Amino acid sequence: MAKKQIVILGGGTGGTMTANRLRRRFENDAAEIHVVDRDDRHVYQPGLLFVPFGLAHSDEIVRPRRRQLRSGIAFHQRGVESVETDTNRVVLDDGTVLPYDVLVVATGVRLQPEETEGLSGLGWNERVFTFYTPEGAEALRGALDRFDGGRLVVNLVDMPIKCPVAPLEFAFLADWYLRERGVRTRTELVYSTPLDGAFTKPIASQRLGGLLTQKDIELVTEFNAGEVDGVGGVLRAFDGRELDFDLLVTVPLHGGAAYVERSPGLGDVLGFVPADKRTLQTPAKPNVFALGDATDLPTSKAGSVTHFEAEVLTENVARYFDGRDLDTSYDGHANCFIETGFHKALLIDFNYETEPLPGRFGPLPLLRESRLNHMGKLLFQWVYWHALLPGREVPGLGPAMPTAGKRPVPVHAT
Amino acid sequence: MTTATISATSVDRDAEGFLTDPQQWSERLAEEIARENGIEELTERHWLVVRFMRDRYLTTDSAPSIRSLGKESGVPVKELYQLFPKGPAKLAAKIGGIPKPKGCI
Repeated sequence: MAKKQIVILGGGTGGTMTANRLRRRFENDAAEIHVVDRDDRHVYQPGLLFVPFGLAHSDEIVRPRRRQLRSGIAFHQRGVESVETDTNRVVLDDGTVLPYDVLVVATGVRLQPEETEGLSGLGWNERVFTFYTPEGAEALRGALDRFDGGRLVVNLVDMPIKCPVAPLEFAFLADWYLRERGVRTRTELVYSTPLDGAFTKPIASQRLGGLLTQKDIELVTEFNAGEVDGVGGVLRAFDGRELDFDLLVTVPLHGGAAYVERSPGLGDVLGFVPADKRTLQTPAKPNVFALGDATDLPTSKAGSVTHFEAEVLTENVARYFDGRDLDTSYDGHANCFIETGFHKALLIDFNYETEPLPGRFGPLPLLRESRLNHMGKLLFQWVYWHALLPGREVPGLGPAMPTAGKRPVPVHAT
Repeated sequence: MTTATISATSVDRDAEGFLTDPQQWSERLAEEIARENGIEELTERHWLVVRFMRDRYLTTDSAPSIRSLGKESGVPVKELYQLFPKGPAKLAAKIGGIPKPKGCI
């Protein structure tokens, strides 16, 4: 059998885990594995949330990408020009051509502040910030440190975004941070979202909305941000509503990587790559798979999702080579810790069919604040670098969502 | 006028007024649902958006989000809000006789 060529675009969470899992699955003389990324900085993204509050430093959450890859994996530090699915080739930005037998798209998302009028204009990184990049999170840390009261508006422009709970966590932590600093009484904290509640799913939305109220954070719903005046301090919605701010913390629009748009038939209009929600094979071509934030799947864009997907995807690459039926076991499983401040956190666990419910996940309480969940969130960084990225199995964390321990509850109108 | 009113009440709709069966839709019904929601007259631009939403739903089984609508329909997001105040995707779906667009995750 000729040596197979596997090309993986993206050396982040999904690309790294997939490369390492595939490397263990195939002998070196059975498959060559190539990973392409334009830079060598692997960011532990959940850590970004803590940077603005001085609880983490951006240096501590960034490591070299190539060091996370097992030996026997070729790393190309290059941008992608385009993917030619017709001829099974990837063209890099220096003209290098990588032919492939199987392609894995794992290039995540691209932040697009420029798509919202005025957002990346005057006031950007002065009065208007995002913590979704290490640079933005560092700049915001300085601004929060200097913040002496006024109106702090947290906004997410539109879905989909990475880690849909992160802006809520930011609001909860900001409340805690400002109380610790003694400026909370002089601060109006506002959470504005295009959704019709605090979160997308009813039960979690109700619980998280309750936490906002409890922490005296004003919730503004169905707010579709259309324009930002970073000098005058006004966030304007498309329907004309306005929110004044002294400090705006926003999550800009997300789209897929730029090369997706230059690759005919690969992505949708926003640059996300459609994929089968159970097998992760793309409709573009049977030898192209996608995972993580880069896809258009109807589940959260989150590291846990990517991790569970990587297991199924690895299996399916092997099955594709053998000409066998693909594994259809990915069920949309996701779980996320939600920091709520004061050294506590919530945990949610859900999939395509089951929304986040209260109950227990092993020893951890679901949808309820606890110190144990906060500890879990902090410990997770170690698990990420040392178990998840290398592709080791983590007991109790598999692609299929556990139903044991979950309690269905009726939703009450509030 | 009276018959039009009868047509809107005799089709199956959910609690929020979305048609449960897209096949029961007609252009007259669309005009009527539009009026119910404060749009007195459907202009060519309205129709462009409504037809785009409906075609997309009938061919792909899911309605586009407001962002893809803005990119693909040829009507910019700002104008979408002028045509369908409050929630363009929701309102255009309602007028187009397709189910309420599913929220993102």
